[in-house]
Amino acid sequence: MEKRIIGRGVLLGALGGLLAFVFSRILAEPIIDRAIDYETGRDDAQMALDRAAGKPMMDMGTELFTRGQQANAGFSFALIVFGAAMGALFAVVYYLALRRSGKITPRSLALLVSGGMFLTLYVVPSLKYPANPPAIGHHETTKPRTALYLGMIVISVVALVAAVWLGRKLAARLDNWTAVIVAAASFTVVMAVVMLVLPSLGQLSANRREYGDFATETPQPLQDPSGVIVYPGFPADDLYHFRLYSFAAQAILWLVIGVGFAWLAPRLRADRASEAAPVAA
Amino acid sequence: MATSYAPRTGLGALSVSIPTPVWLIGTTLLALLAIYFIGIDQGAVSVFGSDMHVHEFVHDGRHFLGFPCH
Repeated sequence: MEKRIIGRGVLLGALGGLLAFVFSRILAEPIIDRAIDYETGRDDAQMALDRAAGKPMMDMGTELFTRGQQANAGFSFALIVFGAAMGALFAVVYYLALRRSGKITPRSLALLVSGGMFLTLYVVPSLKYPANPPAIGHHETTKPRTALYLGMIVISVVALVAAVWLGRKLAARLDNWTAVIVAAASFTVVMAVVMLVLPSLGQLSANRREYGDFATETPQPLQDPSGVIVYPGFPADDLYHFRLYSFAAQAILWLVIGVGFAWLAPRLRADRASEAAPVAA
Repeated sequence: MATSYAPRTGLGALSVSIPTPVWLIGTTLLALLAIYFIGIDQGAVSVFGSDMHVHEFVHDGRHFLGFPCH
């Protein structure tokens, strides 16, 4: 039973990752290329400014994979493996949830679990720390940014589990509808407070020191010493669409996993019946 | 199959025979390891030290999946 669920989770996750890749390869990859061009152009402009000011030059390093390899082999590998891993995690959560689901049918439960995992593993963390295209993100803050992002994921998972627990407690006393609303409101309030308390990326100490007081790490227009803009800020439309497509790709992944499992749920039950029969005999 | 299945209304504890936790924990660890290599390795921390091959290969996916990148 658990092996069958895990196997299906991995396969559905990989399928979701593959579909997310096809979507992203068409819509997001042009933006990634533009962002890399922007980054290169900005670095060149910065170098010209530094040279004029007599500052030491940075070593750019060599390219390990061509853009073509990154955009096709690397990108598809990343999304398919990520999808398979998320599908496997879904299977574990779904298996554990199935045994305590009460009146919820296995089909509804598949949609609830995938929706909950989409919410806590991507949607809520990305509200505070959204996905960024290349050219956005300073080298010196990689560690605190990673810690904050993973911290947001862990906090949202814990908060949702607590909210589900609270909802079940309340459902025993109130009616189901009220219990669900109270639990959802509690989750929202807790996460809103967490987002208020955690720092914005631009306000990390290294960023304040180096770049001034900005909310994010999105590149501002580059100015020469006299204040003339020599290179524009990062294009707002590319940033918006990159984040929109990132959201859509994760939605595709979790939709495939959730709907796929909901589709298979009756058959999983049929499997249970055939498994249970010899035990009963 | 070594696992016996307890129906939904039955006692949850009975359905936990030894293989189940092993499969669940093993799957979870493998999945987390895969996510680590796609999303985090050679960013904030690195298993293989000063090498950037994993990072550069999954570069586009890492940005796109929302993980912090350089």
